[in-house]
Amino acid sequence: MNINDAKNRTTDHLLLGIDIGSTTAKIVLIDNGELVYSRYERHFSQVRQKTLSMIEDIKELLDGRSFTAAISGSAGMGMANAAGIHFVQEVYSTAECVRCLEPSTDAVIELGGEDAKIIFFTGGLDERMNGSCAGGTGAFIDQMATLLNLSNEEMDEEALKHTEIYPIASRCGVFAKTDIQPLINQGATKADIAASIYQAVVNQTVAGLAQGRRIEGKIMFLGGPLYYCKGLRERFVETLQLDEEHALFPEYALFAVAIGAALYGAGGEELSYAKLVKKLRDSLKTRERISALPPLFKDKNEYQAFLHRHGESKVDTRFSGTYKGKAYIGIDCGSTTTKLTVISENSEIIYSYYSSNRGNPVEIVKEQLLKIYENFSDDIEICGSAVTGYGEELIKKAFRIDFGLVETMAHYRAAKFFNKDVDFILDIGGQDIKCFKVHNDSIDSIMLNEACSSGCGSFIETFAKSMDYTVEEFARQGLFSMAPVDLGTRCTVFMNSSVKQAQKDGASVQDISAGLSLSVVKNAIYKVIRATHPDELGQHIVVQGGTFMNDAVLRCFEKEIGRNVTRPNIAGLMGAFGAALYAKAHSLTHSGMMSESEVKTLVHESKSAVCKGCTNNCRLTVNIFNGKERLISGNQCEKGAGIKISDDERLPNLYEFKRNLLTAYQPKKGKYKIGLPLALGMYELYPLWFTIFDSLGFEVISSGFSTRKIYQKGQFSIPSDTACYPAKLMHGHIEKLLDEGVDAIFYPGLTFNVNENKGDNHYNCPIVAYYSELLRANMDSLSQTKFLYPYLNINSERELTKQLYAVLSQNFDDISRSNVKDAVKKGFAEYRLHMQRIYDEGARALSVARQKHKRIMILSGRPYHIDPEICHSIDKLATSLDFVVVSEDSVTHDVEVPILSVYNQWTYHSRLYAAAQFASQNKDVELVQLVSFGCGVDAITTDEVREILERNGKLYTQIKIDEITNLGAVKIRLRSLIGALEEREQKQI
Amino acid sequence: MTQKSTYVKFTEEMKKDYTIIIPTMLPIHFNFIANVLRTKGYKVDFLEFTDGNIREAGLKYVHNDTCYPALLLTGQMINALKSGRYDLDKVALLMTQTGGGCRASNYIYLIRKALKRAGFEKVPVISLNFGAMEDHPGFKITLPLVYKMLYCALYGDLIMLLSNQTRPYEKTEGETDKLVRAWTDRLMEDMRNPKNIKYSHIKKNYHLIAEDFAKILGDTPRDKVKVGIVGEIYVKFSPLGNNNLEKFLLDEGVEPVMPGFMDFAIFCVYNGIQDYLYYKKKPVKALGCKFLYPYLLGKQNDIRQMLIKDFPQFMPPADFDETRRRVMDYIDLGAKMGEGWLLPAEMLELASEGITNIICTQPFGCLPNHIAGKGMMKQIKERNPEVNIVAVDYDPSATAINQENRIKLMLSNAK
Repeated sequence: MNINDAKNRTTDHLLLGIDIGSTTAKIVLIDNGELVYSRYERHFSQVRQKTLSMIEDIKELLDGRSFTAAISGSAGMGMANAAGIHFVQEVYSTAECVRCLEPSTDAVIELGGEDAKIIFFTGGLDERMNGSCAGGTGAFIDQMATLLNLSNEEMDEEALKHTEIYPIASRCGVFAKTDIQPLINQGATKADIAASIYQAVVNQTVAGLAQGRRIEGKIMFLGGPLYYCKGLRERFVETLQLDEEHALFPEYALFAVAIGAALYGAGGEELSYAKLVKKLRDSLKTRERISALPPLFKDKNEYQAFLHRHGESKVDTRFSGTYKGKAYIGIDCGSTTTKLTVISENSEIIYSYYSSNRGNPVEIVKEQLLKIYENFSDDIEICGSAVTGYGEELIKKAFRIDFGLVETMAHYRAAKFFNKDVDFILDIGGQDIKCFKVHNDSIDSIMLNEACSSGCGSFIETFAKSMDYTVEEFARQGLFSMAPVDLGTRCTVFMNSSVKQAQKDGASVQDISAGLSLSVVKNAIYKVIRATHPDELGQHIVVQGGTFMNDAVLRCFEKEIGRNVTRPNIAGLMGAFGAALYAKAHSLTHSGMMSESEVKTLVHESKSAVCKGCTNNCRLTVNIFNGKERLISGNQCEKGAGIKISDDERLPNLYEFKRNLLTAYQPKKGKYKIGLPLALGMYELYPLWFTIFDSLGFEVISSGFSTRKIYQKGQFSIPSDTACYPAKLMHGHIEKLLDEGVDAIFYPGLTFNVNENKGDNHYNCPIVAYYSELLRANMDSLSQTKFLYPYLNINSERELTKQLYAVLSQNFDDISRSNVKDAVKKGFAEYRLHMQRIYDEGARALSVARQKHKRIMILSGRPYHIDPEICHSIDKLATSLDFVVVSEDSVTHDVEVPILSVYNQWTYHSRLYAAAQFASQNKDVELVQLVSFGCGVDAITTDEVREILERNGKLYTQIKIDEITNLGAVKIRLRSLIGALEEREQKQI
Repeated sequence: MTQKSTYVKFTEEMKKDYTIIIPTMLPIHFNFIANVLRTKGYKVDFLEFTDGNIREAGLKYVHNDTCYPALLLTGQMINALKSGRYDLDKVALLMTQTGGGCRASNYIYLIRKALKRAGFEKVPVISLNFGAMEDHPGFKITLPLVYKMLYCALYGDLIMLLSNQTRPYEKTEGETDKLVRAWTDRLMEDMRNPKNIKYSHIKKNYHLIAEDFAKILGDTPRDKVKVGIVGEIYVKFSPLGNNNLEKFLLDEGVEPVMPGFMDFAIFCVYNGIQDYLYYKKKPVKALGCKFLYPYLLGKQNDIRQMLIKDFPQFMPPADFDETRRRVMDYIDLGAKMGEGWLLPAEMLELASEGITNIICTQPFGCLPNHIAGKGMMKQIKERNPEVNIVAVDYDPSATAINQENRIKLMLSNAK
């Protein structure tokens, strides 16, 4: 490479470029336009020392010469300032490098450890980098590789062998994990998962970063992940439909920023080797500190006392061979790890096992069962087995385990063993946080970490690895930090940048480790549990889960809540132990579990398939045991599992009913085709708009319910990727209508919604109200048609007539005022009728439930939550768990809104409060609230709904939904809810 | 109307000896307003940002998905109550409330919830609003009070506008801030005398203020790169909300330009007119707004004309009505929640004044901003190719480095 050829300005100088990224440091040396030296190393957060030693290594090349230097990179700014060396923003460096070396490039995609960037050169220089939401970066790929138990290289090799791509949420690591976990558990191949992960990165870049601008022309790919991962490159090339000539993968991909920095520094201050080294040495002395927290332990004595206290929470663990008699097996097949215990008649643990799933829990359980048979079969008689956790169904079916139980129940059983007064259990595992309060011996409220509250065990693990420590060593480092850094509590991706900041400021590994432990704890307390007082948690707290085996985390937790807690010595095995206790409680004369020979010959394979039962097209994983027995997972309703239910048996489901009401509107041919995007506020008012346009002689085209495909169709024009999923789907609906060749698309601006006289005001949320503005401003394709988005007053027939007439007569022929007036009248009549149908069905559902003695669930959300892609068919899941499902608007029309402590100003949300009131008044009605991720308004409603329910002694359940399709977690919540209700009922009898 | 759980009212009795705490947003303006309230006999304390870790307190007492301003405001208030500086039986809080369709109308309720959790449920929270949303017998918004507040805002805007234009060029460091303090003190004293709320006197003050700031500037040309700041009102103005954005920009060697507070006030007034036009809401209010709108424009224009005529070295405030008309081509004036159409309007206003580098600040996940902020950037850039906008999100965990990186990137393209 001769930089001289490209640009004639770097001839007589030696140029040094330094690029300090989030995880690596790179230096390059350009001599007379020739790249004479380049080096790439991980800095393990020792930014300044690392740079100094890298410079000292090239003493020979620098000594005796004069040169210029500049520093770039996301973690380089602090050092540059401290050392007094010129700093240049890294995107700018990249642009500098590309302009010099490959000027015909149209756009650059650069992925780094924690950054992702696109630079557009043609058509107006524009540079985009990831903001506060930073999914789809190198760190994300690292985390995913860890999850698959592969090295980055292995993952890359696997990806190249893929045969299928699964949809994986691309926005951030946490979502992706929840998509990947079930795939792993369901036995999808690693090759397919690896390629799907890369595809998610590509989607994130294309949709999240480009924000409406298409990536076209000659594209250059830079940065570590794109340099090393061929599988990732392949996904990019394929997705962007690039040929060889238009996809550039230069050999200097790793060093583009450093080269750009070197070029940028040209003409700056002349340095000598001695001067540079002095500057860097001096920078080691100045360290700005970010806010530091007090150390975890005052002194060694306090630490010893802590160890002693926790040494007391023990269960006897006698190992191999000394016990004879009845025994019970408990298996906890978790999302990332499998735990297994065998207990004696006296609840001592005879055998236990804890291991990462390594992608296939069936193999692990098989291995362990064989080991148990081999070592113990002479002495023990297995009188029961139980399985819990994510893989419950799979393992139960595979090995004919006697019992399956929901994991919350298993944990409660185990916790009670250690502390019979337990009133609060907090479990932080590898991927999830679970906690529940115990009240009157039954589980009172359950909280699981939502999609965006990461900060579980694997999070610390990933950080430990990235800094080259084992988890244990990393945790030990944290115990004796003198000044733990304050890292905040948001999602992993945010935490990454906090760590980056701390590294920049020169924090030590000890301080970062302690800071991370504290973040995990604060995340659990303030994000998941949302507690303000330690007393709110409870008096007798049991903490468990693998993450609490980390003493630093345990200590942080005790300090944060100001109370000592119980951590059993088997904190990581509690689920399995609880399952074993359950099996013991239901002791059988003989366990039905597979015999040794059966286990030995068990053959398990898994295949993927797509369900054709309905338009949902669920991706199924078909597990086949011994070539015949099947277990289907991934299905969202009974159809996928091949079960037929007669209409008589089918429980009322208002979500399904409302969907059917909407699909019943069928257009007739007309002079003009008008498209109604079935998203956001259109769900509520579809009967109104359909009837109005239908009566005016339009052919009304609906975009239909959403699918993942529709989402992807419009993904590239979404300008704000932290908006809610229902809003983002809108873009795809518009594209779909355009494909249908409609003459116009209608989505009105509605500041106010229908006034149901339930609140202080009757607003729509800003997104529902004004999304039309955003669509028009960001979807170039809308210029193909008429996009009508008049601001309308839907609380007055007269006004609406006037306003609609003004718009329609301007855009279409043959529109008369009297026709519009008539149509509006019919429209409102239809809307009222539509609502009446919903009320009637709601009433019918209640009476059916009461006849059949079924529980009633108000699946409480927004009108648009009935969209199967938005609610992921949670309604069907609920009916499959024997709930009669009603919607928030079907049973609340004559319910008074209770006294509130918030300003009740949105129509949809007023219904939520009324629904909470209705559930409070009815013993057999439970409320489950669906909350779309990113819904700002629900930050207010959820707390209020919870308060209404809890002051009336009801359970509150919230389910956060987004792109993710992980029904497993939802199922746990609903099953736990049922478990809690059952226990409550038993108490009362 | 939904029945509300009872809140503690601010009674006549309390007026005598309660201290009212006002949180910070616009330091200059709020200082004036605090002062006006003092002349009405209230004991007022204007909060500085110093009480402990405000973010932490906010995170602890407010739902974490609530917008960042609510978190900071609540955190600030709770820390103030915990500071020991106040007699907890003799203290009240003051919070503004607009009643619009965005979450901000609920801040006051969120603060009350937080107070309850923190054990301060006896502390009254006064709603400062112009729509009779709540009843506090001891705190009445009277016409003379509103009138005075208007001048607080106008004075505040003028001082903010001019100081932003001299600070980057001052010869002695701290000179501008010294003058800001001097004028703040002087005007606070000045406004104590009811006679001084006469327009001729006020206009004279405008002139004196401008003269003083002109002295700092001297002959120095205002030739630094200019960067406009627009956004959600709290994070745009509050140094606490935007990690001291102004200071960061000054250190980067650029001149920050911030459209004033009056724009937001006039925007709210205009919405009263628009609501009637579209929804036939509140005809009386609309009529009032119809009178008020040109009146306020006139007040702003007087400052504008003075600066154009006598102080050409300064950039005057924009003509709001022109700003409004300019944006109609980009977004409907019906989009009014939060900052609504004002946000793109201010971007265009800045661009029309040649300030093509713009930072759009917003709390992470701000609902109206999805539409009026990030949602409008594409078309603004397309139709004004010289414009260079960056959106910066603020939230409890977003670190300064991320925000600074983005801003630096924008600056590296700045002309």
